[in-house]
Amino acid sequence: MIIQKQFISGLASRKMRIDKRGQDEFRDITIETGVIAKAEGSARVKIGKTEVIAGVKMGVGTPFPDRPDEGVLMIGAEFSPIASPDFEKGPPAEDAIELARVVDRGIRESGAIDMKKLCIKEKEKTWMVFVDIHILNHAGNLIDAAGLASIAALLTAKMPEYDEEAGTVSYEKKHKKLPMKFKPVPITVFKMSDSLFLDPNLEEEDVTSVSLTVTTKDDGNIVALQKGGSQSLSLEEIEKAFELSLKKGAEIRKLLEKHI
Amino acid sequence: MAEFIKKERDFVVPGDEIISSMDYLPGRNCLREGNSIYAKRLGIVNVDGRVISVIPLTGVYFPRVGDMVIGEVEDVQSNGWVVNINSAHSAYLPLSGVREFIDTSKTDLSRVYGVGEVIYANINSVVSGNSIHLSMQDPRCRKFRSGRIVKMNPSKIPRLIGRQGSMIMMIKDLTGCRINVGQNGIICIEGEKEDLVIKAIEIIEHESQSEGLTDKISLLLGGSNKPHAPETHKETQEEIQAEKEQEIFDEQEAESEGDFDRKSND
Amino acid sequence: MKEFKREDGRKVDELRPVVIKVGVIEQADGSALVSMGKTTAIAAVYGPRSMHPKHKQVSDRAVLQTFYLMAPFSTNERVRPGPSRRSQEISKVTREALEPAVFLDEFPKTGIDVFIDIIQADAGTRTAGINAASVALADAGIPMRDLVAAVAAGRIEEHFVLDLGGKEEEVTKCDIPVAYMPRKKQITLLQMDGDLSPEETKEVIKTAIKGCEILYEKQKQALREKWVR
Repeated sequence: MIIQKQFISGLASRKMRIDKRGQDEFRDITIETGVIAKAEGSARVKIGKTEVIAGVKMGVGTPFPDRPDEGVLMIGAEFSPIASPDFEKGPPAEDAIELARVVDRGIRESGAIDMKKLCIKEKEKTWMVFVDIHILNHAGNLIDAAGLASIAALLTAKMPEYDEEAGTVSYEKKHKKLPMKFKPVPITVFKMSDSLFLDPNLEEEDVTSVSLTVTTKDDGNIVALQKGGSQSLSLEEIEKAFELSLKKGAEIRKLLEKHI
Repeated sequence: MAEFIKKERDFVVPGDEIISSMDYLPGRNCLREGNSIYAKRLGIVNVDGRVISVIPLTGVYFPRVGDMVIGEVEDVQSNGWVVNINSAHSAYLPLSGVREFIDTSKTDLSRVYGVGEVIYANINSVVSGNSIHLSMQDPRCRKFRSGRIVKMNPSKIPRLIGRQGSMIMMIKDLTGCRINVGQNGIICIEGEKEDLVIKAIEIIEHESQSEGLTDKISLLLGGSNKPHAPETHKETQEEIQAEKEQEIFDEQEAESEGDFDRKSND
Repeated sequence: MKEFKREDGRKVDELRPVVIKVGVIEQADGSALVSMGKTTAIAAVYGPRSMHPKHKQVSDRAVLQTFYLMAPFSTNERVRPGPSRRSQEISKVTREALEPAVFLDEFPKTGIDVFIDIIQADAGTRTAGINAASVALADAGIPMRDLVAAVAAGRIEEHFVLDLGGKEEEVTKCDIPVAYMPRKKQITLLQMDGDLSPEETKEVIKTAIKGCEILYEKQKQALREKWVR
């Protein structure tokens, strides 16, 4: 609908938004942890009407041959057709794959989990951690919601017990926390009418054609970047995006700390 | 007066700045940003008065009204034919585009033009890029009953035709072949020396920018070493169209021969 | 301070040996091969042509499709054929790195397909692929705002290092692939793995941009070599 898009970009050129938010203002964020009893860790994150659940499941398996003394972490995402008329059945589409890989880069590749502590016996046995992201309602800004849900689920996860002699995993007794080193938080900055904004809703996502997801950690360093969309960014815009996401990332990290 | 960063006949790639001046206008395959005019496509700079354009050296065929094309019938429908014209979209030849009256209740349309048959047709209309209508009304239009089909990059077709048809006329004369050229890069050759024609086409395609091309082709086909004199009449529409784009190549060639006044054409 | 040596003796801001060949696939409308050190990418462009699959056709512009593929023999450990999550993500970011440069609205209802095959992989395959694809698009006569050049940069010890190769990918503190339109001064691809302050991140991006500017000239030169006698 062209007139609606024109309306939104017209507002954006005056740095205004359809829901009256400020440029760097998020919709209401709620974080609930431990929402799935069967999972080792879980979190439901709502950003406005966007709703995402992340669940952590753990098991024991063999380490990868190139990392014999490390644990295994896998992050996947499913855009279930319940969440949007645009989501289709079948294997994960491009957007779901990208989302999972961006979250993965922020958590696994950044080293947020001390993987060496997950190893039980070198080359033979290690903990395998699976984070699965399930989108329940898509109302914009899925990457930020999914990243936040994933880290919240990992921070609150309790490891099951492994009986080395019997070689079995007991899911009844869970007490130990995962060896987490820091709390990466992804913030997506997007561009409309040459201005930068945070937390796009669905209508704003339709208007925007370029975004940058910046994942920052507790000490203010950047651990992952991902440009998205069919347009380009200048170096100045990228610097501005760093500032915005660093500031907002710190705020959201404080919110997260209340839940752990 | 602004300086040309890329001069007329210079090779450009997308993004190359041609001139920084508001005195000139961006024509085909060019764009203006700020004061400057940039190339949008790979090709050769052409300056026509105050209009700067780029003549592409490569690219798939996009139909323009008036083009003569060679196409293959893909499908016979109740009121016309679907024709593959070597472009992004197939063209449609409606019954109304055929010269003779056809009574569809009595005539099987596939007996007029059957699937797989090759026709020489005229682009009658192009609407929103993908609705292309053909016509067989032009006297040159026909169905080929024999001949050899070769393909060439459509952007090289003007070179094959030559200025005022000089190149294609020379090839026709020296080989005795009947040659129909489609602007969509399809060429149909009928005659005994078709091998020679194909050889000539290959040379033109691969050396379209080289100097003395006419001589080289003439020599290959056993003609005299002198460039073929341009015909006074313009035989076909595509030759007239090709002329403007051809000029630039000719200038390149002619200047080296030192006998060409480039203003004489204006 | 001890002088910093890269494993292959390059300077910190030096690219690996670059080879760009245009028109390497006769059947394609445009094509190019790009080697950066031991990484070799071949890109072929087909189109604008009728859109497949048909339901993806768009009424007012062309659809750019990119397909990044690693040949099974391209790495030490055989790559399982077929699309992986990694290759699908790279296909997407590659498309988004090229889209800002291409005038898609000139060819409504068509598709422009870009196939990128990595025949040998030694770090920087996505950026080599983008370099090849950009040249192949120009070679196919597709209208563009600018060519897109791409290269990764990183940080090893205290140095900002251009065009990570071989084992450097394992020792760097970060890996930041960047694609850039030099004339427009616009960044079209930006990804990062690592752990760096915002200031350092910016320096790494600037290092990559300098590399892109060198590659841009090599891309233009390669196109000229094919098309001008």
